[in-house]
Amino acid sequence: MAEMTHEARDADRNDDLTVDLTVDLCGVRLPNPLVLASGILGTHASLMHRVAIAGAGAITAKSCGPAPRGGHVNPSCVAWDNGLLNAIGLANPGAVDEVALLVATKALLAPLGVPLIASIFADDVDGFARVAATIAAAEPDLLEVNISCPNVASEFGEPFAASCASASAVTAAVRAAVDMPIIVKLAPNVADLARIAQAVVDAGADAICAINTMPGLLVDAESGRPVLANRTGGISGAALKPVALYAVDLIARAVRVPIIGTGGVRSAVDVVEMLSAGAAAVGIGSAVYGAGPDVFGLVARDLVRWLAERNLTLADVRGRTQRAPSWPEAATPAPVPQADHALVANPQPVLR
Amino acid sequence: MNDAVLPRPLRLAAVRDENARTRTFVFDASIDAAPGQFAMLWLPGLDEKPFSLLDTDPVSFAIAAVGPFTRALHRLSVGDSVWLRGPFGTPFALRGDDHLLVGGGYGVAPLLLLARQGLAMGHRVRTVIGARTAGELLLVDATRAAGATVAVTTEDGSAGERGRVTDVVGRWLADDRPATLYACGPHGMLAALRDQAGRAGVPFELSWEAYMRCGIGICGSCEHDGMLLCADGPVLCGG
Repeated sequence: MAEMTHEARDADRNDDLTVDLTVDLCGVRLPNPLVLASGILGTHASLMHRVAIAGAGAITAKSCGPAPRGGHVNPSCVAWDNGLLNAIGLANPGAVDEVALLVATKALLAPLGVPLIASIFADDVDGFARVAATIAAAEPDLLEVNISCPNVASEFGEPFAASCASASAVTAAVRAAVDMPIIVKLAPNVADLARIAQAVVDAGADAICAINTMPGLLVDAESGRPVLANRTGGISGAALKPVALYAVDLIARAVRVPIIGTGGVRSAVDVVEMLSAGAAAVGIGSAVYGAGPDVFGLVARDLVRWLAERNLTLADVRGRTQRAPSWPEAATPAPVPQADHALVANPQPVLR
Repeated sequence: MNDAVLPRPLRLAAVRDENARTRTFVFDASIDAAPGQFAMLWLPGLDEKPFSLLDTDPVSFAIAAVGPFTRALHRLSVGDSVWLRGPFGTPFALRGDDHLLVGGGYGVAPLLLLARQGLAMGHRVRTVIGARTAGELLLVDATRAAGATVAVTTEDGSAGERGRVTDVVGRWLADDRPATLYACGPHGMLAALRDQAGRAGVPFELSWEAYMRCGIGICGSCEHDGMLLCADGPVLCGG
């Protein structure tokens, strides 16, 4: 072509920029901090390979459990104004078949230098340990322990992520079952997230993924029915971002392990916000809707540009929300709201 | 593309029988979609399934009663509501001006709209419609009425030529090559057509069927050869 497009010029200029995006996550090297979140395209080696080629820094496979599961019937995943709502229901081929899937995936990812994160769930503590031990045969680089799926309460009861005791018991059982680094995935809708984070770290978690989806309900006005067959689902996408930032900031102030900040990240600015809140890496999932797997390469490119334009590194932006203000002055205290003096002097009769 | 895509209710304006098991459902709305795209149809409280569009204005589907969901659909009457999410997927794209369309079983549905599109542009459109038996043939008269040449095959010989669509396609690829081959039907049929067209050097566009959940390219349920049939497909090109 005689003339380059703006995009091509921008891409060229980007190639000249040198910003190191590599991240060390529990001793595992990620080429960039963008992690494919669990549950998105993690069903097939071919799809995970495609996401890695598109520019992801790590790939999380779909969570697998002790036995094959079909999951919930449709509708099981829909888009709405500000994100997605899904209740796939942990559909998976079972841990034994998952091993073959993970082995095939790892063989495709290894030449790209992109680590593989396996993800597991179970309905009791021993089940977590057994699934972890089975999956270990595939030698994933890291293991995500999904104790926070919001869509199986009718079968499994309250998620293990809901209390310190159950979250800690699962973490300890998995820790004892495998040698690889383990990431515990926490839920946002709990009473004391900081204490739960501390409990899983004390039980041996090497990292925390924050957060899983937030329970939600969509109702169809015409029929009066829940849109999802499971009635409720997990909210992800843009609507989840402030919840995820809140959780990451809270956890980063409570524990020292790396956090994979996940929830509503769609752009390089979103990534910077998540790193600023204290994340070491950033999950991307729902943003694949619309942009496709290419979202990883696009966000990585924009992240390089954002950092380079400001002469910043990943380390510079990480944890900025935790740092003290830089002004010597203190802000003027906010004024106490005053009642209307005329009304205080002449009370109006109360209408009944 | 990131518009909200929640199910919306459409009212049934007409239903008509196409064959012993297949009924066409015509709704009181139009949709901005292209041949080969699909929509998810939802009956609240029961299930949601993907169906290729038979027509876009008005929105129509030709649906066989093969399971609980489609049997429930077949019990509906004019005036009843069905919820639609979509359209989704990559459509057929006409290439050249001499088209060979091949439909097997219920796979004929998305091809009628494609035939009409080609004929409206003044192109040559030949169609091969196949089924196991005469009673399962679909949309033969409608495709002829649209102005396309139609060859019919049945495996039991109860209508048209005894045999399979690939028999006719083999002859036409050898004797009178089309610019492009388009097909929808069972995976075995599509795989055979892919080989035939590949050997003949004819570009092809094949619409593949899969179990679908999200319909929007994120859940991975519909993976086929590394592609997402809901977003990259259902129409995959080659040759």
